[in-house]
Amino acid sequence: MSSKNMTIHLKIWRQKCCSEKGRMENYTLTTVSPDMSFLEMLDLLNQELIVKGEEPVVFDHDCREGICGACSLMINGEPHGPEMLTTSCQLHMRKFKDGDTIVVEPFRAKAFPVIRDLACDRSAFDKIIASGGFISVNTGSGAEANATLVKQESAELAMDAAACIGCGACVAACSNASAMLFVAAKVSHLGLLPQGDPEASKRVYNMVKRMDELGFGNCSNEGECEAACPKGIKISNIARMNRKFLLSSLTSAPEEGGGKQEWN
Amino acid sequence: MFKLDAKIPEGPIQEKWDRYRFQLKLVNPANKRKYSVIVIGTGLAGASASASLAELGYNVQTFCISDSPRRAHSIAAQGGINAAKNYPNDGDSVWRLFYDTVKGGDYRSREANVYRLAQVSNNIIDQCVAQGVPFARDYGGTLANRSFGGAQVSRTFYARGQTGQQLLLGAYQAMMRQVGMGKVQLFTRREMLNLVVIDGRARGVVIRNLVTGELEHYVADAVILASGGYSTVYYLSTNAMNSNCSGIWRAHKKGAGLANPCFTQIHPTCIPMSSDHQSKLTLMSESLRNDGRVWVPKRAGDNRPPAEIPEEERDYYLERIYPSFGNLVPRDVASRNAKLQCDAGKGVGATKRAVYLDFASAIARDGADSIRKKYGNLFEMYERITDEDPYKAPMRIYPAVHYTMGGLWVDYNLMSTIPGLFVLGEANFSDHGANRLGASALMQGLGDGYFVIPYTIGNYLAELPLATVANGRPESKHPAFMAANKEVQEEINRIISVKGKRSVSDLHRELGKIMWEKVGMARNEKGLKEALTEIPRLREEFRRNSKVPGRADDLNPEMEKALRMNDYLDLGELMARDALGRLESCGGHFREESQTAESEAKRDDEKHCNVAVWEHKGEGALPERHVEELKFENVQLSQRSYK
Repeated sequence: MSSKNMTIHLKIWRQKCCSEKGRMENYTLTTVSPDMSFLEMLDLLNQELIVKGEEPVVFDHDCREGICGACSLMINGEPHGPEMLTTSCQLHMRKFKDGDTIVVEPFRAKAFPVIRDLACDRSAFDKIIASGGFISVNTGSGAEANATLVKQESAELAMDAAACIGCGACVAACSNASAMLFVAAKVSHLGLLPQGDPEASKRVYNMVKRMDELGFGNCSNEGECEAACPKGIKISNIARMNRKFLLSSLTSAPEEGGGKQEWN
Repeated sequence: MFKLDAKIPEGPIQEKWDRYRFQLKLVNPANKRKYSVIVIGTGLAGASASASLAELGYNVQTFCISDSPRRAHSIAAQGGINAAKNYPNDGDSVWRLFYDTVKGGDYRSREANVYRLAQVSNNIIDQCVAQGVPFARDYGGTLANRSFGGAQVSRTFYARGQTGQQLLLGAYQAMMRQVGMGKVQLFTRREMLNLVVIDGRARGVVIRNLVTGELEHYVADAVILASGGYSTVYYLSTNAMNSNCSGIWRAHKKGAGLANPCFTQIHPTCIPMSSDHQSKLTLMSESLRNDGRVWVPKRAGDNRPPAEIPEEERDYYLERIYPSFGNLVPRDVASRNAKLQCDAGKGVGATKRAVYLDFASAIARDGADSIRKKYGNLFEMYERITDEDPYKAPMRIYPAVHYTMGGLWVDYNLMSTIPGLFVLGEANFSDHGANRLGASALMQGLGDGYFVIPYTIGNYLAELPLATVANGRPESKHPAFMAANKEVQEEINRIISVKGKRSVSDLHRELGKIMWEKVGMARNEKGLKEALTEIPRLREEFRRNSKVPGRADDLNPEMEKALRMNDYLDLGELMARDALGRLESCGGHFREESQTAESEAKRDDEKHCNVAVWEHKGEGALPERHVEELKFENVQLSQRSYK
């Protein structure tokens, strides 16, 4: 642990709301500890702004241990910043140098409109899940848990995909703002398990359709999503989803699923 | 003044829940759609309740403070979920899970509730597997188990170190399915700020829309609070930054009894605090104690790096003091012992408030790959935060506030002292007594939401005359709603008009210090009395000198914090008062005046075998303490021993 304070220059996106224009603002902090997390550095900035009577920078955050998926910062042009496999909240200032200038923006995508400053609306992800990202089993109707054996390998692959935290870094990283990695992770997680197999076709069809409706672009095949994913979700999930989607469109015309419901 | 009737069903404990379920009134399937239910919170308890009630046909309105219901803090639970499946054939049973939970809770939980929890534990695993929760499996394809603190059997199911995440996603997905079907209306970025009680029944809530700042009214036939625990009273805790006590505290102010608020759990294995800028503490799963060995140097003030301290100069104090449970003693015992070692000058690291958790023996025994497979993500997290490699040097850990066993008082139906207000998960008090065992919070949250509330809420609704429900539902402009709105609006106006000098976080940090030092791991009369004078003083400072920039009727995170701060101050004070009134030590509540010769917690079953239930008497008035006596008919009260 080092304790020498650093000076950090910040260029931060400030935007009142979705319908107003945003702009970059410059700030300088002189007492940044290398042991601070990136969000603690923003806390420090906000404390200074509040005491001065200015409005603090709004950003989404919650668990601060890399699992809730709330934090969503573009740091120097990269979702969650320069560290691989790391969310913004787990990025530490020791990864930057004294005197660095850091550019901080919100995740940008048509389907993720900015709410204020660095916070954006990612409810489109929930809408995709509502269209089919589940196994239709009512409470109480689960069979004895060991009645269906699951290959350890399948369980592990499903877990790899299920580790997605729904942060949206994949969308922010993609030149087409595609949500393919997010959708593919859920399609893989559920489709790899025998419990999720019966409605696998319907699931992939409905989720992909909903994703398109919500304004996400198509896969750019550039692999930026995989590189940006803080949980290491593999792009091979997209290939798996495409196979399933093709099969689903060739073999049947799935009924219209749910997922139409909007909420406030 | 309320009457405490736990409504524990008659009969032998094994039969209570079955018999009771048969006695409960049912709502005709065609009538269920005429009822509506509000659910506050989308963690394990709230999401599972929302999904289950919607599946039954009720109209559900669900609210969460985050941008998505999937962010609820259940997501961060790491280690696992207990169930009495006895798959490893090592002697587990519903009875043993029940017994371990009552004993682990230091005999301050309600037997009947705990037994029911142990009974439904197996259904939870079945349900989660059916939903596609990717639990760890053995090569043959069956479910794997691991052991956890406070138990001598392996009954914990897990999904790597992300069990909470996977269980929450299961419940969230089940709920989102109902959102898609139109049976759950979901409201995100909304915070409950008042409960509306009409004719003595909970009938709705006043909610602040966190994006627009507007106050909104929602009406229903019953309200379910699943808003989680209140560890953030301490400012620094392992809870998420937005986790807060306002839901339960505001219901308390409207007449819901608050039970055992001083019962807080200090988790033994957290990453130690490094400095004052810290915004929260990070927990390392208790499952690490399966393979990690806890030690400190034998000599106080030994400043050598761990590698230079030879084996014979290390004190593996948990193994030494508790030979039969060793490193797997319950959380309260492990935490207190860490504190005792540090108080004796044997703490390690720069701050000297830490002990080692060492994996060297396990790595030598099983190989680094095996350890990586079990705990890889935890080791990575540790390294990311501390910049140290736990494969090479022992981890430094220290206790941190993690969970609150206290909460709103509920009867066997999970209904509070306000008819129609149900409380689930960490927000209620009933199952964990004075100390929660590891991997039991997930079990309780899901047990309440999937397998208890769907039955008990039906009984409540069936007893309401249908006319008052379908036709006579109060309008959102009902005078009770307007009055509840006015209370909140006045509070907001007060906050915005202070224009003092200190930020809310700064004041919250100060409250946290008072709570940690005086209502923390060890408590005594002097400290508690000091807390009871310091907290009101801080409240004055907050009311006079806090600073909330921006507007009230707008997105304003500082306003959100300030509204919660009011409640933290009030609840913190009540926690100190409750701790002062409980003159015994039990579980996580350690009164220095009540300990054995070997510094273990000493209960007083004569005077304190009870639940303290507090009644709010209005602002500025002293709250009234009521008591629910606890009866132990199936488990014999004994001084806990893990030696």
